[in-house]
Amino acid sequence: MSINLIVLYWNYIIVIMLMMAGLYIIISNQNFIKKLVGLSIFQSSVFIFYISLGKVSGGTAPILTGIEDTVYSNPLPHVLILTAIVVGVATNALGLALVVRIQEAFKSIEEHKLLALKKEDGLKDIQIEDSKEDSAV
Amino acid sequence: MLILDNIPALLVAIPLLASAVVSLLPSARIAWGFAFFTTLICLYMAVELVGIISSTQALSYAFGGWEPPWGIVFVLDSANVYLVLLVAFVSVIATLYAYTMLAREIAVEDLPKAYAVWLLAIASLFGLAMTGDAFNLFVFLEISALSSITLIALGAGQDRRALLAAYNYLIIGAIGATFYVIGVGYLYAATGSLNLIDITDRLNELGTNQAAITGLAFMLAGIMVKAGVFPVHIWLPAAYSFAPSAVSSLLAAVATKVAIYYFARLLFGIFIDITQLVDFFLLYILMPVSVLAIFYGTIAAIYQSDFKRLFALSSIAQIGYITFAFSLNSHSGISAGFIHIINHALIKGALFMAVGIFALGIGSRATMSSMQGVGRQMPITFAGFVLAGLALIGVPLTAGFISKLYLFKAIFETGNGFYVALIALSSVLSVLYLWKIFEVMWLKEPVQPLKSDKEPASAYLPVWLMVGVIMIFGVYSGEVISSGIGAANALIGAR
Repeated sequence: MSINLIVLYWNYIIVIMLMMAGLYIIISNQNFIKKLVGLSIFQSSVFIFYISLGKVSGGTAPILTGIEDTVYSNPLPHVLILTAIVVGVATNALGLALVVRIQEAFKSIEEHKLLALKKEDGLKDIQIEDSKEDSAV
Repeated sequence: MLILDNIPALLVAIPLLASAVVSLLPSARIAWGFAFFTTLICLYMAVELVGIISSTQALSYAFGGWEPPWGIVFVLDSANVYLVLLVAFVSVIATLYAYTMLAREIAVEDLPKAYAVWLLAIASLFGLAMTGDAFNLFVFLEISALSSITLIALGAGQDRRALLAAYNYLIIGAIGATFYVIGVGYLYAATGSLNLIDITDRLNELGTNQAAITGLAFMLAGIMVKAGVFPVHIWLPAAYSFAPSAVSSLLAAVATKVAIYYFARLLFGIFIDITQLVDFFLLYILMPVSVLAIFYGTIAAIYQSDFKRLFALSSIAQIGYITFAFSLNSHSGISAGFIHIINHALIKGALFMAVGIFALGIGSRATMSSMQGVGRQMPITFAGFVLAGLALIGVPLTAGFISKLYLFKAIFETGNGFYVALIALSSVLSVLYLWKIFEVMWLKEPVQPLKSDKEPASAYLPVWLMVGVIMIFGVYSGEVISSGIGAANALIGAR
């Protein structure tokens, strides 16, 4: 039974694994580019999820063949994912552009270094009391 | 009439096309003029739409002649038509304000491109408010997020930390949007439809369906990130405080409000067949979280010395009031939430605009130490700022009072006096941080002369326009109240 389930739903299992891997990379990594890589993996897992949804087993591409009783796959989720891929590319491009600007402005793209710098920065010229705000709650 | 028939599409299409034109214009002034003209056209169309809706109740606009549920539709009813008007009005005022303010905060050669992204953000907000298609909403959500992030990052010329704020928003926002897409996928798998009205019908036929419930949970979680609802708000304070002040006022006023509207639509419009689960979510999750948001936002604001961050934190508390009103799960609660959406958008927009002018006057960030006596040096802006602050607390004769009044009314209907006490206490606490600002800005002696000699009229005029509307809505509140009641009628039926 359980092996059957794995064989039947292996693409969904991969989706879940990729999703969790992507989220974990975003949360655990200090490097801003690696975070973006995690985001890409996370988004790609959703693409695979949609594509799996639209697949009908034994179905062909939705082009009229003229033969009766042809089984077609559902094209709509695939089209949606084309849009989502474009959105994903745009997000990644903007993210990478920001990383370049962050590197220029701070000379680092490591989160822990930047956090340390941010505190210093705040004390030096503008006195933003981040620590105070944290301790208030 | 060809134009009148196609207003819903044109509201998105005109700013979208205009943004492409603006990015090519040679001078900043021409670019601004073009952008301002575009927002004026949008305001005119939004007013026309309100007229159409008040006579026909609801409007469904099918794109390309593809009838729903197959094609993409824009749905307008009394729940979102006032939101469209609000976005149009705030974008006109914020663009007017941007003429002086954006030009002084970012490089001149970047200005036409900045106005292009600005119009893109406005177009996406109109789309978010109107679309009736679950996946189309994701696309607008991402256009809105990417353009907001770009606008926030423009604050890097003033303070390089704007880049970090923009990056954080990008990561958190993208996770939220992806959660939303996962939810749409589940819902599509369960119902085979993307049209929100069609999904509701099909869910009613299906009965309780695990996939649909999971999908709606994912969608709500994703939208909550965008709306800045308390536990997932962390991108918001930094983003609002480091963005250029014109951008802060536009985003703080309308960007989160549109997401909150959609949150309400998902909660009350679709969750029809699983009322038990919704009741559970509202009572045991949303209500405690909203109360936490109100107190976290208010208390953190009291301890904050940077003005923009302070008001961003207070935004979290105000969004808490809105979600609290929704969590009462009653007709009057939803009305109160929608009334506060409109009032808070105007109030917070005015406050961010005024803070931007103060910061410009002294030539550095507005903090408790740098702002000493600035209120005396800039009396016209300060007067508007104080009125908006009073409205934020909820003093009578301001729009904020109407919000609080209807919120109290909604709580009394549920019969839980404990929450009345909590909301009253939080209002008192919000007096604390506003008093602190008043004390620093008015009661202390000015420490330094202003960088620019006087307040620029083109900057304080928009503040006063907003404040004027706040005061008008405080006295002649009929329109706002009826819009809130209309929204509740459209979402859960007339009571």
